[in-house]
Amino acid sequence: MIKEITILPGKDKNENKENFDNITLKAGETISIVGPTGSGKTAFITDIELLAQGDTSTGRYLLINGEKPSEEVRYDPSQKPIAMITQNTKCFADLSVEEFLFIHARARKINSKKIVAETLFLANKFTGEKIALQNKVTLLSGGQTRSLLIADALLIGAAPIILLDEIENAGIFKQEVLEIIKSSSKIIIFVTHDPVIALLTKKRLIMGNGAVRKVLCQNESESGAAQNLLEFDQKMGVIRENLRAGFEITQELVSANFA
Amino acid sequence: MKLVIIAGPPSTGKTSLTKQLIKHFQAEMKIAYLKIDVVKAFEDIELRKEFNILTKKVYSGDLCPDHTEVMVMGDAIEWAENNQADLFIVESAGLCLRCSPYLNQGLGIIVLSAIAGIHTPEKMGAMVSLADIAVVTKIDLVSQAEREVLIQKIKEVHPRIVLMETNALQGTSLQRLYTLIEKSAEIDKETLLLKGNPPLGVCTICVGKKEIGWKHHFGVVKKLDSLAAEYLYRGE
Repeated sequence: MIKEITILPGKDKNENKENFDNITLKAGETISIVGPTGSGKTAFITDIELLAQGDTSTGRYLLINGEKPSEEVRYDPSQKPIAMITQNTKCFADLSVEEFLFIHARARKINSKKIVAETLFLANKFTGEKIALQNKVTLLSGGQTRSLLIADALLIGAAPIILLDEIENAGIFKQEVLEIIKSSSKIIIFVTHDPVIALLTKKRLIMGNGAVRKVLCQNESESGAAQNLLEFDQKMGVIRENLRAGFEITQELVSANFA
Repeated sequence: MKLVIIAGPPSTGKTSLTKQLIKHFQAEMKIAYLKIDVVKAFEDIELRKEFNILTKKVYSGDLCPDHTEVMVMGDAIEWAENNQADLFIVESAGLCLRCSPYLNQGLGIIVLSAIAGIHTPEKMGAMVSLADIAVVTKIDLVSQAEREVLIQKIKEVHPRIVLMETNALQGTSLQRLYTLIEKSAEIDKETLLLKGNPPLGVCTICVGKKEIGWKHHFGVVKKLDSLAAEYLYRGE
């Protein structure tokens, strides 16, 4: 059981020690990592994914439930408590969707035969054009690949810690993804430039120059603002989907959504 | 002296990994490096310049790289030992995939790129199945799921291999590899043997004689520092 993970400080890009004693993230918490491009956001979640032991470029250490993770937990995918969705929108494996999911399920020691169909079903909730089991993963679009990888992380990765690197990219249905992963007992960490996601999370880590600069907790006016932004975002979504479907945007549609 | 033999296809990150090993061990060990390649190699010059360590290269030319290794390793180990090296790193091009350059002592490391293609571990035969350690590089370029699919494929070729993943340019999460090298036993050059089985053929290495060093062989013989004409044939 994972109750919490602890991050011990590493060094910023000028080799100065980070300005915190430790950061502990507990089961059920949602966290966003924000900051300018190049500030170290992806490096931060990569440290978590690799369960860094002072041997990554940042020098950070990770503890699980206050203890150093064993080698098996670090190196065996079937024991790894972390699923990460990276910014990659490309698969290089010369495999069909079915083979890819099947081998990954084997790597994670999942015996259920239904897992492949379930993962595909979930992936197709996130993407516009549907993915078929016999499609080659190399030929999927960027958005389809991300949708597949998110569904894979949720059901086959099925880990108590989920890391999401800029899920708002690649045109997938963000709202659907947020709906499924909220209110879980997992630790969910978003790297994001999206104000809706950033304000919806309970904790916010602000990065700069390769280091954590600040840790903020969501306050009441922020959670109010998040609700407003969420509605705004849904309206934006309606316009976006109308555009994508080839409709013209009429005065009625705009006033119905932005009155 | 400890021995590490690094093999893998071109452009997978063997030299990047070698650089991380040198950076990590340079302060505590004297390092010697040999590059075995077929046509052209620059790594020996690059590493000597960057780290000021002992380096050497040998071109296999008309021979295959693993054949060359069997021939020159006796001389090369003597060269490294005479220079008081504590750690000898051999990097091999390993191109034909029929054989593997690993010996019965020291550590054999296969370097595979995360973007190499999913069937690569099966295609590479002995280079994967006889290695002690597999290092998967370029992990920053693919998704976690795809990395795990590749790892699963490697495990199915070689269930007992020690696997690790890295971004070799940054040297990410290589602590386990450093520890394995630290704990590896010193080699005994009198009892060194090629791990794999050589192919069928007409010279002593080709018919399966595994002893390391050109002195144990006749047929097509090559010394570490010999000119082309000298190695073409040595009779009984």
